[in-house]
Amino acid sequence: MYVRVDERHRVALTLNGRERSGYAEPRTQLCDFLRHQLGATGTHVGCEHGVCGACTVMVDGRATRSCLMLAVQVEGRRVETVESLSDEDELSDLQRAFREHHALQCGFCTAGILMSCHEFLGRVLEPNEAQVRDMLSGHLCRCTGYTGIVQAVLDVARARQNNRQETP
Amino acid sequence: MHSEVSLYQDPQHAYIGKRQPRVEDEALLRGLGRYADDLAVLPGTLYAAIVRSPHAHAVVKQVTIDAALAMPGVRGILTGADVKRWASPFPVGVRQPMEHWCLAVDKVRYVGEPVAVVIAEDRYLAEDALDAVKVEYDILAVAIDPETATHDDASILHEAVGSNVVNDRHFSYGEADSAFEQAEHTLSLKVRYPRSACTPIECYVVVGQYDPAEGGYDVMANFQGPYAIHSVMARALRVPANRLRLRTPPDSGGSFGIKQGVFPYVVMMGLAARKVGAPVKWVEDRLEHLSGASSATNRVTTIEAAFASDGRVSALRFDQLDDCGAYLRAPEPATTYRMHGNLTGAYDIRHLQVRNRIVMTNKTPTGLNRGFGGPQVYFALERLMQRIAVTLDIDPLEIIRRNLVPSQAFPYRCAAGALLDSGDYQRGLELGIEQGGLAELRQRRDVARQAGRHYGIGYTVAVEPSISNMGYITMAQTPEERRRAGPKNGAVSTATINVDPLGSVSVHISSTPQGQGHRTVAAQVVGEVLGLPLESIRVDVELDTGKDAWSIASGNYSSRFAGAVAGAVHNAALKIRGRLKAIAAQQWQVPVEDVVFSEGRIQTADGEHSTSFHRLAGATHWAPGTLPQGETGGLRETAFWTPAELTAPDDDERINSSLCYGFIFDYCGVEIDSLTGRVMIDRYVTLHDAGRMLNPQLVDGQVRGAFAQAVGAALYETFHYHEDGSFASGTLADYLIPTTMEVPDPHILHMETPSPFTPLGAKGVGEGNNMSTPVCIANAVADALGETVEPGAIELPLTPSRVRTLMGIEEPPQPEGVGADSVSASAGGGSKLSASDSVEIPASPQQVFDSILEPETLKAMIPGCHSLELTGDNAYRADVTVGVGMIRARFDARVELTDLEPPHSLRLSGAGKSGMGDATGAATIRFTEIDGGRTRLDYDYEVTIGGKIASVGGRMLSSASKMLIGQIFSRLSQQVSGDRIKGSLWQRLRGLLGKRGGDA
Amino acid sequence: MKPAAFDYYRPTTRREAIEKLIESGEDARIIAGGQSLMAVLNMRLSQPRVLIDISAIEELRYIERRDDYLAVGAATTQAELAEYASLTEEVPLVASVLPWIGHFQTRNRGTVCGSIAHADPSAELPLCLTTLGGEVVLETKRGKSRRVVGSDFFQGVLTTDRQPHELVTEVRFPLAKAEHRYRFQEVAMRHGDFAIVALAVDIGETEYRLGVGGVADRPVVTSISRDVDLEDALNALAWSLEAQDDIHASAAYRRHLVREMGRRLITEETAREETDDVRPSR
Repeated sequence: MYVRVDERHRVALTLNGRERSGYAEPRTQLCDFLRHQLGATGTHVGCEHGVCGACTVMVDGRATRSCLMLAVQVEGRRVETVESLSDEDELSDLQRAFREHHALQCGFCTAGILMSCHEFLGRVLEPNEAQVRDMLSGHLCRCTGYTGIVQAVLDVARARQNNRQETP
Repeated sequence: MHSEVSLYQDPQHAYIGKRQPRVEDEALLRGLGRYADDLAVLPGTLYAAIVRSPHAHAVVKQVTIDAALAMPGVRGILTGADVKRWASPFPVGVRQPMEHWCLAVDKVRYVGEPVAVVIAEDRYLAEDALDAVKVEYDILAVAIDPETATHDDASILHEAVGSNVVNDRHFSYGEADSAFEQAEHTLSLKVRYPRSACTPIECYVVVGQYDPAEGGYDVMANFQGPYAIHSVMARALRVPANRLRLRTPPDSGGSFGIKQGVFPYVVMMGLAARKVGAPVKWVEDRLEHLSGASSATNRVTTIEAAFASDGRVSALRFDQLDDCGAYLRAPEPATTYRMHGNLTGAYDIRHLQVRNRIVMTNKTPTGLNRGFGGPQVYFALERLMQRIAVTLDIDPLEIIRRNLVPSQAFPYRCAAGALLDSGDYQRGLELGIEQGGLAELRQRRDVARQAGRHYGIGYTVAVEPSISNMGYITMAQTPEERRRAGPKNGAVSTATINVDPLGSVSVHISSTPQGQGHRTVAAQVVGEVLGLPLESIRVDVELDTGKDAWSIASGNYSSRFAGAVAGAVHNAALKIRGRLKAIAAQQWQVPVEDVVFSEGRIQTADGEHSTSFHRLAGATHWAPGTLPQGETGGLRETAFWTPAELTAPDDDERINSSLCYGFIFDYCGVEIDSLTGRVMIDRYVTLHDAGRMLNPQLVDGQVRGAFAQAVGAALYETFHYHEDGSFASGTLADYLIPTTMEVPDPHILHMETPSPFTPLGAKGVGEGNNMSTPVCIANAVADALGETVEPGAIELPLTPSRVRTLMGIEEPPQPEGVGADSVSASAGGGSKLSASDSVEIPASPQQVFDSILEPETLKAMIPGCHSLELTGDNAYRADVTVGVGMIRARFDARVELTDLEPPHSLRLSGAGKSGMGDATGAATIRFTEIDGGRTRLDYDYEVTIGGKIASVGGRMLSSASKMLIGQIFSRLSQQVSGDRIKGSLWQRLRGLLGKRGGDA
Repeated sequence: MKPAAFDYYRPTTRREAIEKLIESGEDARIIAGGQSLMAVLNMRLSQPRVLIDISAIEELRYIERRDDYLAVGAATTQAELAEYASLTEEVPLVASVLPWIGHFQTRNRGTVCGSIAHADPSAELPLCLTTLGGEVVLETKRGKSRRVVGSDFFQGVLTTDRQPHELVTEVRFPLAKAEHRYRFQEVAMRHGDFAIVALAVDIGETEYRLGVGGVADRPVVTSISRDVDLEDALNALAWSLEAQDDIHASAAYRRHLVREMGRRLITEETAREETDDVRPSR
């Protein structure tokens, strides 16, 4: 794959389970492409240098900073953003737990945090608080003081664990 | 883990006072929030990028835009000249000849100050053209430290003022002088409070439009208020207020005061749109935000107490020097006066003297920041109380207790005029001690200390003001000036409730929330009054100054929502209810008192008559002819509310600076790691009395959020400026916002003494911990470190390095011949670096000296030199690409050889500009002949680096400069002798250790 | 904060990547995970003409145990190495260091070789490589390659021995020696930040190899014989690094940590920092 500096390349990918495509230059950041080309504005941009974590999305199932990737790099890959987490009717268990625990205020950092939690909870089935805090340390939240977020994640992990035990 | 001591549990209330998940969350969790950068823009919208000053202080000689205008996609460039033509400077809060424009017009006064706006087809293209805007600067001396900036010989920022001190006021209440004379003890403490900011994760966003037909501006921005600043913007744009339509988006990604500072950009983007005849959108990036947005005011305070041997304080003296940065931007100097009425804190101290000075320095202008003015005051006051305790050898808590405002004294008029509305501070103290587990914490301290560990307990009490008196800002003026200008006071809040023909209820509030959940609480209040389910009420918080009810106190600041806005909502709902009651009473022929509202129905108390809310409300639209006489039909009510207690400052300079005063009692235990100096918070207890709590869950959310920010201010965050004014905290890797790993969960306690002055008895609660927590942690650290540490040296942020240094680092001597002779980066490291080094070159001094004077050798010496052109006697212009690793920039440089003393010494100096920043450097080189016709070349160099690279690359600048300078001399040697030499540091290191480090 | 324009090239073989590198020289930058480079590009501190993305080169995505070392290919992410099942037995130092590198979201994309090629003086993997005496494999045209030992590879701030036409294709971490122990400790401002001081030690029978990151302009390793006075040796080491003040920590503080943390690490005194740093303070 070679895209020249002045070329607008049609990038095709699977976004939240749907085939999508849009135009990007080589230098177009993935976050800009998702937000302004594909309209997935649920992903937010907070620092563009990989520290704040607000722009975190999943690329091929892995939580990734979308400010530290180029749009052309997701050609042919699978991207999930916050918009994928719930269906029309109902919030996911994770989203509900965030609401219940007042784990968001302005909500700007929340999309990225949810995506990290989503990957983490799929991988670490019985996390302790230290693990949850370590996972969340890649995100900056200025509103909540993090308590509600930590509690929400631990709650979801416990609930899923109970569900697994009930339905062997 | 909070203890849920909700004393207000009135079972009659359906919603108020109840924990209630937020109506905002569903959309936000789905990624369906509509933040400023998410909103669709008009076709043809262009995008802005801003040329910013790399210098802290310089005259702008010339701005050349031709090359930039010719770049692809560039559609226009707004400069100071345009701004002068179309706009005016912003009005300033003190009477001084100072001008602040939205773009620099004559000088730049801080790193990051906007100089020009490039407007292009997209942001990428706009940024491409930034470096092509050529700005010629004449660099001036800087004033950075607030104290030295006050000196006569300091560089002056605003020449017409004649001094950097732009405001100097003295206040005296009671008989402070005689109290000090008669006191058994006096104690003085000088403290410095640093710069930091609550730094929202969403940066500024502005979309400007200009309508030449109406001569008006229409701007969408994530501005937070206060809308008093709408007047400031309209005046700067030279339009009546009705020709500046300012709109805010439905959602905001946090603010904490900081998005007040978006207002100069509202003006700038309005003008940019006018320049290009198209809408212009600007999204601030993080580098712009950290260097150029806003900051809390740093302060130097000398505080002095007169007190008796029992610890009772009779008088206080404050000398506050506030550093508001390069411009006094509205509403400054409000930081200085927000706390003025309650400077005596939670204490009953009748005699008070205050001197307040405002000083300008070459830093980013300051502005609103959560806790506004509070952390600075309490840091001085509560550190002083801790010192009094230590001096008298009395428990600090006992000192606090003996000085608190007595329980029966409320409402209590403070010396400087604050009317403490309600409270029971003594009971708060008892509650906090018992329920927070102080006894156990003291045991933990004893155990830790017995084991030789560094453990301390800190205490703080504070009053948390909320609902600012718009008149307090005029305290910067003399009574005479205030009389001439006319009185300013009050805090008008508004709310509108509309009931549509189908009977559904919409609420509009002008509080511009930034995540606090105003929509939820407003719905709770309306649901309560009208007996409606929450889901049926829609609350709109977008503000459009062209259409909505608003006033100068609108917006999101001074924790005014719960007390004032929710109160206005309550009043508007009461108006609606009153009208509906009258209608029902007439229809049913019952007394109005018998009509009640609940569960979506309107009925008589005895249940005889009943109808649905929507049916009766709908009648006001569908059947106005059936309504009682005097009832106008339609159902929409706007309530304006302002408290009578917020009067203008009086001639004795007393000011009730806020309407409500909550109470906070905090204490914490910290342990300091003896190896690293890291401060670890073992337990933090915070008790709040914020009057009646409208939604305890949201109250706790506010407390936790403020606490986390305060932990940042106490231990991690600061905006660091070097002595030359360069800015060193330009990324989130250097401006250190705490993460989950650094923020413990505070133990939250509540009590409720409702405010008699607000409609619902509620007070603000969102800022308290920003005020109380930094000093509480500092007091605990002081307790842990003990008496060996000079009290004024306890400065924030208490970083591991700072704390460990306070504990004393006993260094074994530097072994002979190891490491550099002098460790040399300037204090605090960073942009100005000086060092010495030497190389040996296998040629005679004369040979080496002569070859440096040859242009060919010089060109070969300079790494990455593409061309070297003679411009004068031993003076050159050079085109140089300089870099380390992946970081690289092309410099337009001048190189000069001076002070030639062949073959003994010369001076090599250079200065270069690039898009990445500026660099200047000079090296004095001495040539000494050593054995065998060789030369030892000793050089002392000094390098100053400014602009972007200084603000983002601080961690590596010193080493990178050293390496690049080393390369110059290594290339010289190579040029003269054909040999390449290795860096001397590594030879010395390897020599010392006798091994080649790293051999496998 | 948008990158300057560049060509983007994503080859699928190392040969294609190297050919392009040779053709473009200093005008090209290699991007693998991009977790350092993308921030630098966004800030326009680097403005390459062409970006060569090696992340799709499958032949460079491997972790292989060979003879006495563990080889990690240039497209392998830090997360993949962390998930390598026998890492703790084979290269325990690297296993203990990985959780300290950035955050899991950056380790998901950041590569092992990329961190080493970037040569940040505070970074953990260069410190490990240097301390263990590992090697970097550099390849240029027609399979011509050379190996450089870590302490020679790192030459200064962000500066390595890699020539413009060379691609870092692999790094090699020596396998743990049975009788040795390996320890790592770091002090950073916040969890996941660049180290103010990072220490790695290989404790052998006759000597300690102590690596120091975050102080000098590159990771520095020194061997300290068990026969010499440890405190003197650490003091000499601390001064030799020519620590600098910066906005986060003073030079004297850094020297203090090299001496004190070094002594505790080597003598295996349990330092509080080690346990406290992986949990929140409370």
